[in-house]
Amino acid sequence: MSISEDRRPQGVRPSLFLERQSYRRRRLSDAARFLPILGAALFAIPLLWPGSDEAGDGIRLSSAILYIFVCWAVLIGISLVFGFAARRMATQDETDQRPD
Amino acid sequence: MATLNVLILVCLGYVVLLFGVAFAADRLAAAGRGAWLRSPLFYTLSLSIYCTAWTFYGAVGNAARSGLEFVTIYLGPTLVMISWWWGLRKLVRVGRSQRVTSIADLISSRYGKSNTLAICVTVLAVLGGTPYIALQLQSITLSFSIFAEADPTGLYREGSSVFWVAAGLAVFAILFGTRNLDANERHHGVVTAIALESVVKLFALLAVGIFVVWGVAGGLGPMLDQIDSSEIGQWNVDAGRWTTFVFLSAACFVCLPRMFQVMVVENSDEAHLRTAAWAFPLYLLLMSLFVVPIAVVGLDLLPEGSNPDLFVLTVPLSQGNEWLAMLSFIGGFSSATSMVIVTAMALSTMVSNHVVMPIWLSTQGGAGSVSGDVRHVVLMARRISIAVVMALGFFYYRLSGGGAALASIGFIAFAGISQILPALVGGLFWRGATRTGALVGLTVGFVLWIYTLLLPEMGGGFMSGTIIQNGPFGLEWLRPQALFGIEDMDPIVHSVMWSLSLNTVAFCVASLLSFPSPLERLQGAQFVNVFDHSVAPRGWSGFVAQSEDLMIMTQRILGAGPAQDFFQAESERQGGRSSLPEPTPAFLERLERELSGSVGAATAHAMIGQIVGGSSVSVEDLLAVADESAQLLEYSSQLETKSAELTRTARQLRDANTKLTQISEQKDNFLGQVSHELRTPMTSIRAFSEIMRDTDGLSPEEQTRYAAIIHDEALRLTRLLDDLLDLSVLESGRVNLNMGGDTLRSVLDRAVSSALAGSSSGIEVRRSKSAERIPLHTDLDRLGQVFINLISNAQKYCDADEPVLTISAHDVGGQVVVDFADNGSGIPPEARSMVFEKFARVSGEKAGGAGLGLAICREIMQRLGGEITYLPGQGGPAFRVRVPLAYRQAAQ
Repeated sequence: MSISEDRRPQGVRPSLFLERQSYRRRRLSDAARFLPILGAALFAIPLLWPGSDEAGDGIRLSSAILYIFVCWAVLIGISLVFGFAARRMATQDETDQRPD
Repeated sequence: MATLNVLILVCLGYVVLLFGVAFAADRLAAAGRGAWLRSPLFYTLSLSIYCTAWTFYGAVGNAARSGLEFVTIYLGPTLVMISWWWGLRKLVRVGRSQRVTSIADLISSRYGKSNTLAICVTVLAVLGGTPYIALQLQSITLSFSIFAEADPTGLYREGSSVFWVAAGLAVFAILFGTRNLDANERHHGVVTAIALESVVKLFALLAVGIFVVWGVAGGLGPMLDQIDSSEIGQWNVDAGRWTTFVFLSAACFVCLPRMFQVMVVENSDEAHLRTAAWAFPLYLLLMSLFVVPIAVVGLDLLPEGSNPDLFVLTVPLSQGNEWLAMLSFIGGFSSATSMVIVTAMALSTMVSNHVVMPIWLSTQGGAGSVSGDVRHVVLMARRISIAVVMALGFFYYRLSGGGAALASIGFIAFAGISQILPALVGGLFWRGATRTGALVGLTVGFVLWIYTLLLPEMGGGFMSGTIIQNGPFGLEWLRPQALFGIEDMDPIVHSVMWSLSLNTVAFCVASLLSFPSPLERLQGAQFVNVFDHSVAPRGWSGFVAQSEDLMIMTQRILGAGPAQDFFQAESERQGGRSSLPEPTPAFLERLERELSGSVGAATAHAMIGQIVGGSSVSVEDLLAVADESAQLLEYSSQLETKSAELTRTARQLRDANTKLTQISEQKDNFLGQVSHELRTPMTSIRAFSEIMRDTDGLSPEEQTRYAAIIHDEALRLTRLLDDLLDLSVLESGRVNLNMGGDTLRSVLDRAVSSALAGSSSGIEVRRSKSAERIPLHTDLDRLGQVFINLISNAQKYCDADEPVLTISAHDVGGQVVVDFADNGSGIPPEARSMVFEKFARVSGEKAGGAGLGLAICREIMQRLGGEITYLPGQGGPAFRVRVPLAYRQAAQ
């Protein structure tokens, strides 16, 4: 038996819309959640490529290397940008004294 | 010519450098100047122990055999790192807030501090880790042998070199990994050495790669052409292996004990994850950048049949570039050593906390936590475990013959360790996950892993060929490598698929069917909602009488100094003046967490339970778990809390009242005493002076005698008045301090000799003079006065047959702490709060003075910016004097 988790305490009703800054912040953490999904999808694409044993003219290894490493670099870049955004968020949180 | 001997010299030099770096980092951190050691850069670099010798050498070998497949073991961790915001961040937060010491500790802590689970995870980790250590030893030996072949003059014996490598690594891990008991404290030395090693291995691999691309192949364009025309020039990757390996490496990146150690336990700041989230994938990318070029060039240049696992070494060697080969050797050596050291550390923490300590505790019976040197036992257990783990790895290597069979061990170990994943992820994200679920899931996964992968891969000795061919008892659907009739799958993919999926199913089903204990539900709420409430559950209720027992136990685990500091801080937090805090639930819970940093959650819980007598879960806590809308219950629980608070306040008020009454009584007594003390000498002075005035013909001897009596009594009066005056001057703050500089030792020397001067009762004073060589700048006379008072008190009141006074001194962060402890019978608890009050005397008539000595001492120490306190839990009366090393005007 387990206890239902989606019942929230009947506290004060939150306002319907968030202010602009909090809204941005929420979407940013959404983006952080999407990032690994994007990464997994990008790295799964090579599985659709034809193998070499079918017609003899499959994808060349150099193109495969290029694809994988470019995807990798892009993910690192996005993660870097998100890291900086998260830092700005954290410092704002500290000045606002408001939990996320 | 880089001979084997040069190689060994370079190797030894490198090891000495590592020792030096680790030592220097430990020293820096101990001196408090190691802030930069805790930077995100070091954190990221320490994560790179993920790249072992298996990846350093094996990646190129893997690429030479199956093209780009090697990249999967780097892609998995990359995906984990970029999802840090909702994955690792939670793990690290939980690890830090629960003061977790290992992955086994985390799992045990989440599921109600269950030691059974911890043992399961420990066994799994040791089983998976041993072959992995053997693999590292093998890679070091193999790379040695490459140089040995090239140098026929060198005398090289494989067996002995493996032994010395294993022994050296064990010594390093013991020296720097078990220095402090608190596994939660950062091992700066080890982490810094690892960071250095990860720079070295990256540099080495990049150097070889650049040499291969621009030095051998002649640039980027020709290199790409050569790749395409090589035998691995076409994209040809098995989809099942690709997905499985990405998933497996991602799982292991979190579950491997050594990764958990550097990622969670050694983490000093959650914010470091932000940097590591992009920096570590970048590191992995750089590590794998030149793997394919090296493999292709190796396949092209080297004769058919040469071991592709060693291309990183043999390609530069075949081009005559021996220094590059040596650099790459050092790179591989770095990857192997750093991995082995951290693994040994992590495994030893698990073994000592979850296997040795519980056994030791149960053999000690109920008294285990208050008697015996727990600290020593834990450290010893940890050291022996390191040696045992290394020995296991060594013997595994010798038994398996170091053959090619080892190469496939990496993935087998990965598959074993990843069985922890369902329990870990379920524990972090699903409140319904229970202990039974975790146990069943782990067992199912573990058994399937052994049956479908470990035994068949280990070869004929462990599982007969007929079972593999026809299944046990002829049951074809139970064939280990074709379970349920699914054939022709890659064995690793097959095993991972079945073991992990059935593990997850068993975990979920058993969790849904079982019902968790209250403690489990509390911990579940703590873990899953760690960002909402970082306060831990309050499970303890204690009584004042237990504080002293707790203190004694804590001293044995943390050591006297840290334990006293912790209790002092807690007592201050509660606003009390005594050095023993009230055992409030909050305090007990903080104490448990502090202890779990040393001995693990389950053991700490059990030890406190032995003293406090079982935990209780309050209504409030259960409400937090249930999260139901039972407002009424919550209200009543709030009332309960308030009433408990009121009871505490009332007790404090009662205490204060008793103290006031006592003081007032003592003041009355004192007035009587002072009048008496003043009157007695006055009477004799008057009497003898009258005799001298009125009696004629006194002989000169008699005159002298009477005058002497008058003089003595006058002296006594002066002394009493001096004391009173001294006290009033000190209390009003109008005192002048004569600052001077000297060492503590000479102040104590003077105090001891003047306190014991002319006394007949021989109290033995034990000191450690070397520890007293601490320079002081303060009012030396006043400090000496305090010391004299304490020493002569001990001399006067110590009632032991052979009185011994022990004076010990240490320097604690800008303060000198001097303890005076004698072996007499202690001061009864009810009198402790009074000893520093004016006119106080412990036992009415025993004392000779007016009861002003300790009061004066306390005032003096306040003026000097220090303090004097009674030190409980030492077996006899003990006082602690704290003096700042350099006097600063106290802002009073």
